[in-house]
Amino acid sequence: MSRGRLPAVLLALALASGATRAATSPEEMLADPALEARARALGKELRCLVCQNQSIDDSDAALARDLRRIVRERLLAGDSDAAIERYLVERYGDFVLLRPPVKPATWLLWVGPFLVLLAGAGLVFAFLRRRPAAAVEPAELDPTEKKVLEALLAEERRNRPA
Amino acid sequence: MSTRIAPTDTARGPRRGWLYLLPVLLFAGIGVFLALGLGRDPQTLPSVLIDKPAPSFALPPLPGRDERGFSSADLGGRPMLVNVFASWCVPCRIEHPMLEQLAREGVPIHAINYKDAPEDALAFLRTLGDPFERVGADREGRTTIDWGVYGVPETFVIDARGRIRYRHVGPLQPRDLERTIRPLLAEIAR
Repeated sequence: MSRGRLPAVLLALALASGATRAATSPEEMLADPALEARARALGKELRCLVCQNQSIDDSDAALARDLRRIVRERLLAGDSDAAIERYLVERYGDFVLLRPPVKPATWLLWVGPFLVLLAGAGLVFAFLRRRPAAAVEPAELDPTEKKVLEALLAEERRNRPA
Repeated sequence: MSTRIAPTDTARGPRRGWLYLLPVLLFAGIGVFLALGLGRDPQTLPSVLIDKPAPSFALPPLPGRDERGFSSADLGGRPMLVNVFASWCVPCRIEHPMLEQLAREGVPIHAINYKDAPEDALAFLRTLGDPFERVGADREGRTTIDWGVYGVPETFVIDARGRIRYRHVGPLQPRDLERTIRPLLAEIAR
């Protein structure tokens, strides 16, 4: 395979796997492509309560199919995306949203990783600041040490071949 | 001039001793956190409807059982249970004796029959017994979704004002009756 064709093949594979993974069957789909696109986008953000780690767009569970149908009915009735999410949250709680909302109860969840990063940066900074202090300038040699050094250097000079 | 040989070791030793405790404390903290997590069932979701009025609904009867069906008008007045069941649901068969037991004790129990063929539901009640006062057939599953149900069986405790006080996910077992259902019914009856 030539190098030029590889990206195209990978893209085709990615598209193919994406198309088979969605559980939405053709007869569920809305005739209006714009509404159907919104339904698919919403479905990917909503948790299937039965399988819990799949979106309703991905899941084959009966409840996920029912929820997909409700999403499409509400879209046809003219509801906004936010109104549809609210409708489901009123019944199933925030858990139905795969992306947890930012509110006081979830602040730690959202900010936590950054706190850990900040703590790590703090540790690295403290460590680096200490390093130069550890590598202090060597103190002056005292007279005895100077004499020993002189002797060693003199011996070195004698042993070196001329 | 011993500081030249080991300029920092002696200065650091005693001051940073607490650092060696840090991993132990971290381990203990994580251990407590995980131990608490072991006691929770991650499949059980809290209901958002707790302490709220039950959703309004009107379900048709199971043809052949009665002509009344089950609607939100039947809720309240006294503490009661609402059970969501289906004849195709195996855990429902397991919990059925618990419901029969509660009904014998005089607890009013209504039921939502979820996505069932009426004849199958009737056969289920004929074979295993019928502890229910009202039964509504939710063939499309819409009312059940309004109740925030995500699997059968589920059982709700409703107080005299028609508010949902408790939601039990999965089959009721004897210990659930003893530890939760009966104490709660007694508490809200007062």
